[in-house]
Amino acid sequence: MIRLKSLVLNELGKDAREDDSLAPSSVSSLVVPRKRFADAARTLKKDYALLAAEWAADETPFGRGFAVFACFRREQEYLVIKTEVPVGDATFPSLTKKYAAAYRFERQIQSLMGLTPVGNPDDRPWIKHEDWPANAWPLRKTFDAKTTMQRVPGEYRWIRAEGDGIYEIPVGPVHAGIIEPGHFRFQAMGEDVINLEEKLGYVHKGIEKRFESFSWQEAARLAGRVSGDTTVAHSLSYSRAVEALTGTVLPDRAQWLRALFLERERIANHLGDLGAICNDVAFTFLFYQFHRLKEILLRTNHHLFGHRFLMDRIVPGGVVVDIDGEGVLAITNELAWLEREYEPLVTIYDENASLEDRVRDAGVLRPEQARDLCAVGIVARASGLNLDCRVDHPFPPYDRISVNVPVLISGDAHARAWVRVEEIRESIRIIREILRTVPSDGLIVPIGDPLPDRSGFAAVEGWRGEILYWVQSGPNGEINRCMVRDPSSVNWLGLEQCIHGNIVPDFPLCNKSFNQSYSGHDL
Amino acid sequence: MIRILKHIFRTGIVTEPLPPITDPEIGKIGVQLEEAIRSRFQRSLAIRQVDAGSCNGCELEIHAINNAFYNCERFGIHFTASPRFADLLLVTGPVSHNMEIALKRTYAATPPPKIVVAVGDCGCNGGVFGESYASLGGVGKVIPVDAVIPGCPPTPTTLLQGILKAIDGKF
Repeated sequence: MIRLKSLVLNELGKDAREDDSLAPSSVSSLVVPRKRFADAARTLKKDYALLAAEWAADETPFGRGFAVFACFRREQEYLVIKTEVPVGDATFPSLTKKYAAAYRFERQIQSLMGLTPVGNPDDRPWIKHEDWPANAWPLRKTFDAKTTMQRVPGEYRWIRAEGDGIYEIPVGPVHAGIIEPGHFRFQAMGEDVINLEEKLGYVHKGIEKRFESFSWQEAARLAGRVSGDTTVAHSLSYSRAVEALTGTVLPDRAQWLRALFLERERIANHLGDLGAICNDVAFTFLFYQFHRLKEILLRTNHHLFGHRFLMDRIVPGGVVVDIDGEGVLAITNELAWLEREYEPLVTIYDENASLEDRVRDAGVLRPEQARDLCAVGIVARASGLNLDCRVDHPFPPYDRISVNVPVLISGDAHARAWVRVEEIRESIRIIREILRTVPSDGLIVPIGDPLPDRSGFAAVEGWRGEILYWVQSGPNGEINRCMVRDPSSVNWLGLEQCIHGNIVPDFPLCNKSFNQSYSGHDL
Repeated sequence: MIRILKHIFRTGIVTEPLPPITDPEIGKIGVQLEEAIRSRFQRSLAIRQVDAGSCNGCELEIHAINNAFYNCERFGIHFTASPRFADLLLVTGPVSHNMEIALKRTYAATPPPKIVVAVGDCGCNGGVFGESYASLGGVGKVIPVDAVIPGCPPTPTTLLQGILKAIDGKF
């Protein structure tokens, strides 16, 4: 198969040039002129590449203008295409007509960086709410992070459905349960949902801007709090991007422990989700049972590593906690106990007809939709896409521990639950393998000093799916830009699409089966 | 059905301070809480949780006080779906600019005594997110706060302690 980079080079000829400022070298990067940006995307789309992310950076500290980046993925390959945008003409060609997933990335670029995607059919702001001043573009270097945001009058233009018997249900941002804030607007007729529109951005905390005021080491704390339920995977992905940028080589033991934390986080969250899915169809028995197992795992985390969610245990250069022989034994025993407790619960889930009646065929995201939206993680794997960074883009020890990836094609709430069921089993196996093979070299090494104007990229499979970080060093080696792409940034689009034809009372179930992050999306 | 019943009996009651894992703190706090709730709230404390910008870490631990180990309902604590019948607002932060209005409206919709407890380091002072164009800082910057529960995130035990402190100080 021809590599993605070669495809673009063949198509664009001398217009495209290779960019060697991006690390690691396994991720290729090309610079193309602005007018050919969409051509490159068209070529890649034709050859089945998926869009992983699109973002912008302010490169004025280097004496340049702005830059727009699009990251594409196909199997093991990542390709970043960069195009430069002059300050005087802050526009770039939209990729939305090639890739539906670009739709919100571009609205976000326009809202926060003030670059207009020409050809994007939707010019409404995203994350930026309607009461922000129109010219407040926080990611620009000219914008002071301390600015007090003024409120101006404004109204969000919702998509409307009109006619006899059609009504609208607004939900949120303050929801009925203990969950994060977001707004959902249903157009419904009777109980049938005609359309669902999401409005997010309520928990926008200015994280990407905040990164720029921290040192590389300090910022690891922030990365660990992008989405509190995914603290391990986010701090890991950030750390790996920084290590790529600085060319830091880690001791093996640190890598193994990182993988251990990552799999423990996956099991704990999947257990919580399975319980919550059952709770939303009023099957509270499994809710309490799965949460009982989760609580024990969190307590073991606290006991062995000092934090229930393992926050701040991964830093650029390695890890800050170790495990001794007793700890290994404790985890091994816990895994045996977990299996004994977990499997009977799965049998109960599987054999309960009333539960099956609710979760089967609810909220179907068809494989072609998942592909069009470039979904990732559990959502993608429940809809027929075989994607997992642990296989496609492995770091040690995943390059020598095989990972079996469960893929289902029904795309319903059951499939999303069952992918989690299988992944818990797989993670138990992986942890055993990790503990059996953990090397005994060091835990942490100092990271090198970043050179100016370099960038680093990392992809890590968190429990929700692929987490991308792209970091760029400034003229003095400081953080110039840190792009965060949580799986939620793309998967929220899937929830809107899967709800058509379902009834309003099934929405909580569909939403829970996705369980996307608000904080990771809003940043 | 037999299988479910069997599993229920086999699991037994895990609510602490009973085994399998004993954490003496939880039981102790529970007794105090129960007394306070009995005397002040007629055995029922209704909590409305508001995420005003948190990273979701605090929410996980607030969920946990509902699980079988901490079982907050045995003390008369339950979470309501609306602020209209809440005695206490449990607010996680930092308060984002985009949540400021919703938080103020939720506060306005809550009947007296309107106890407000700010949860987490971010709810106390903005935490790692600090104060910026998008983050207003701690909950106290936006609505009056009666008690704070620091921690990143606070453990379920700390949460129960913090709630006790809040209803003790109010009357």
